[in-house]
Amino acid sequence: MDPELINDCVHCGFCLPTCPTYVLWGEEMDSPRGRIHLMDQHVKGTPVTPEMAGHFDACLGCMACVTACPSGVRYDRLIEQTRAVVEREHERDPRERAVRGLVFSLFPYPRRLRLLRPGMRLAERLAPFLERVHPSLGAMAGLAPPAPRRQRMPRVVRARGARRAVVGMLTGCVQGEFFPQVNAATARVLALEGCDVVIPPGQGCCGALSVHSGRADQARRLARRTVRTFRRAGVDTVVVNAAGCGSSMKEYGELLGEEPGFRVLDLSEFLAELGPVAERHPLPLTVAYHDACHLAHAQGVRAQPRELLRGIPGLELREVPDAAICCGSAGTYNIFQPEAARELGDRKARSVGSTGAELLVSANPGCTMQIVAAMRRGGADIRVAHTAEVLDASLRGVSL
Amino acid sequence: MLDTLIEALRGVLPVEWVITDPVRLRTYECDGLTYHRATPGVVVLPETAEQVARVVGLCNEFAVPFVARGSGTGLSGGALPREDGVLIVTSRMRRILEVDLPNRRAVVEPGVTNLAITEAVRDQGYYYAPDPSSQQICSIGGNVAENSGGAHCLKYGFTVNHIEACEIVTPDGDLVTLDRMDPGYDLLGAFVGSEGTLGIATKITVRLSRAPQAVTTVLAAFESIEQGGKAVSAIIGAGIVPAAIEMMDALAIEAAEAAVACAYPAGAGAVLIVELDGPAVEVERQFERLREICSDAFELRVAADPAERAAIWKGRKSAFAAVGRISPAYIVQDGVVPRTSLPRVLAEIDRLSAAYDIRVANVFHAGDGNLHPLVLFDDAEPGAGERAEAVSGAILDLCIEHGGSITGEHGVGVDKAKYMPKMFSEADLDTMQLVRCAFDPRGLSNPGKVFPTPRLCGEVPGVRKGVHPLVESGRAEQF
Repeated sequence: MDPELINDCVHCGFCLPTCPTYVLWGEEMDSPRGRIHLMDQHVKGTPVTPEMAGHFDACLGCMACVTACPSGVRYDRLIEQTRAVVEREHERDPRERAVRGLVFSLFPYPRRLRLLRPGMRLAERLAPFLERVHPSLGAMAGLAPPAPRRQRMPRVVRARGARRAVVGMLTGCVQGEFFPQVNAATARVLALEGCDVVIPPGQGCCGALSVHSGRADQARRLARRTVRTFRRAGVDTVVVNAAGCGSSMKEYGELLGEEPGFRVLDLSEFLAELGPVAERHPLPLTVAYHDACHLAHAQGVRAQPRELLRGIPGLELREVPDAAICCGSAGTYNIFQPEAARELGDRKARSVGSTGAELLVSANPGCTMQIVAAMRRGGADIRVAHTAEVLDASLRGVSL
Repeated sequence: MLDTLIEALRGVLPVEWVITDPVRLRTYECDGLTYHRATPGVVVLPETAEQVARVVGLCNEFAVPFVARGSGTGLSGGALPREDGVLIVTSRMRRILEVDLPNRRAVVEPGVTNLAITEAVRDQGYYYAPDPSSQQICSIGGNVAENSGGAHCLKYGFTVNHIEACEIVTPDGDLVTLDRMDPGYDLLGAFVGSEGTLGIATKITVRLSRAPQAVTTVLAAFESIEQGGKAVSAIIGAGIVPAAIEMMDALAIEAAEAAVACAYPAGAGAVLIVELDGPAVEVERQFERLREICSDAFELRVAADPAERAAIWKGRKSAFAAVGRISPAYIVQDGVVPRTSLPRVLAEIDRLSAAYDIRVANVFHAGDGNLHPLVLFDDAEPGAGERAEAVSGAILDLCIEHGGSITGEHGVGVDKAKYMPKMFSEADLDTMQLVRCAFDPRGLSNPGKVFPTPRLCGEVPGVRKGVHPLVESGRAEQF
């Protein structure tokens, strides 16, 4: 934890109302200002106590505080450094260690995730049992989406019409295994807008889950492999359709100590920059757009997805109240902190429900799973789609 | 003593809301003013007025001092805890209990943020008028304690003008309601702004205001602060009462620019933000007058829509924290001078700044002469902190000299208690003490704030027997 970064905090408290855990519990230690104070205590010699570790673990890493901070405190850097210290210095209880071990040896590896797929339906039925073994296992089972058919992606998807750009595309781990239709839609949208889409085979996890959980070594290993893969593919732009992946890939320079040699853009950011050319067919739909934290707060991408959605004739866009507050998914948060995640999910579900929209659009697979699970708990189902799927339907003139 | 009290507190509140872990306690060691720190003996986070009353009752039983805290954003150390005391934090009491639009009132708990009240009624065309820069997080309970102001208080008045009633827990633990409409002494008036020394507000009835029909926000850029100051006097002199007149000098603009990229006109020595509101025809006429008065401005920008208005305000409202971008450390000062003395006082602040080699950024509610000089220093440089303190103190002396006040809206707290004797005579302070004693005869409610020396009341029958422990330990004297 860098004391210089800690000193940037002037204790003004502007971050408090944007912090999901402060919104839930209203106590100083579970606010960004309070956590920075705890970091300061540690830097000045207080060892990491279980209480301290608990408050750091409870942080979702949503970065809403970074958006809110007038003093420019790099809380994102601070919490990453802190999580690494907690991993090193804090002895977790054995059951917790086992669950964390399971998650980190599973999620970043698409092949292992694939093995889970046949068991997904079973997981739903086993949820009450798993819940008793460990709340985190119960949470995982409760979130599992129905496993769709696998879709093999081609290595290259050629541009339709005149070629305007050549881009690489990240297929991701959770996105690729549980939401393959989103990747297919992304590739089609890019191609229809005149891009050659290069999809290198054998891609793995970008390292986002690890970097956000203080597992710096695993993160660096996965990041290096991702960099190698795309360098070999020879692209200078990599388009990412998952918010969490995009935000950590944009910080590869800081993580690896050298620039990756290609720029990373979120799909909506890239499409807005490229400008629309393909014809948009009408989609008569009311849509609520959900700001994924790692898109809105970490990457500052808020206007572009809205602009793209508003560009579809017939589509009515509705804003979700308290949009800046996290839905509780936050990477692995809903697995490790199921109770807080559940409460935040319920809040978000109520906000989304209040818009009366037919379709919820989000740009992060984690958020989608979280909000759908919460809405179902509340007895209000809503259809969900990724921004790419909505655009894809409009470009191809099919219904969603 | 504290240990027994803590046991008793656990009988009143769920254990998780009685905080005793030293690492956790330390996160409450200061409010928005980090210069003064003290780790509280115990922190409690009650959820109901009854719980607050029972906690205060226990403090009385054990003769332990208590301090109330809302969001911890105060800038005078008003919520500085006591190491031997209880810190009662109201941040979990944040329900809006009732909105009564026909009577233009809302009843809220003290932990509700200032802005949350406005957000709850904005769609119906109402708002809560006082708007401190920290309105997104400061609590209404804290606003009541400090009689908080804000940019728009020039036209609409301070917190005290917008509170209809308060349910309070008195320092001896009773739940009492003070209402504006009560005949007799204006106890509500005495309570608002009492900085936690007369009790803790547990339910607050605020007045809601109708959103004005028209709002025009103007940003005027001047080459020098003198030109800006002259414009302020001219605006008020012309009989215009804008909702707000705010001024920032070049250094403050630089900070805001670095923090929020507010894009104020380049090269400005001072900017003036003037907001006119009211019926559309009136605003229009006032704007025409304003344009003539601001003829010295090299750029006059008018917000075309709410987004542009928010952009203009963003620079001003972030200014305090934004200064963190251009200086490692700083002191936010708060003083008042008569509007007509503004140019002279500013010139003297300039002189002080040069004499001590300490930069001062000026942000102020120019309309009512409320200065917020930001005294910048590098805490790593030996002696810089002391020099900054000296400048900061000298600015307050200037305010008193010119017939102003040592605080406009941040309160006295612990930070300015020592300046009170410069403003008030012994007899004045004694009189204030008598008021305090009427509410808090045992001196348990936020002791050590506002007054330079803690004093105790004369004998109050039936309340205290024997010598008070504070007197015995030499920390207080009896009068």
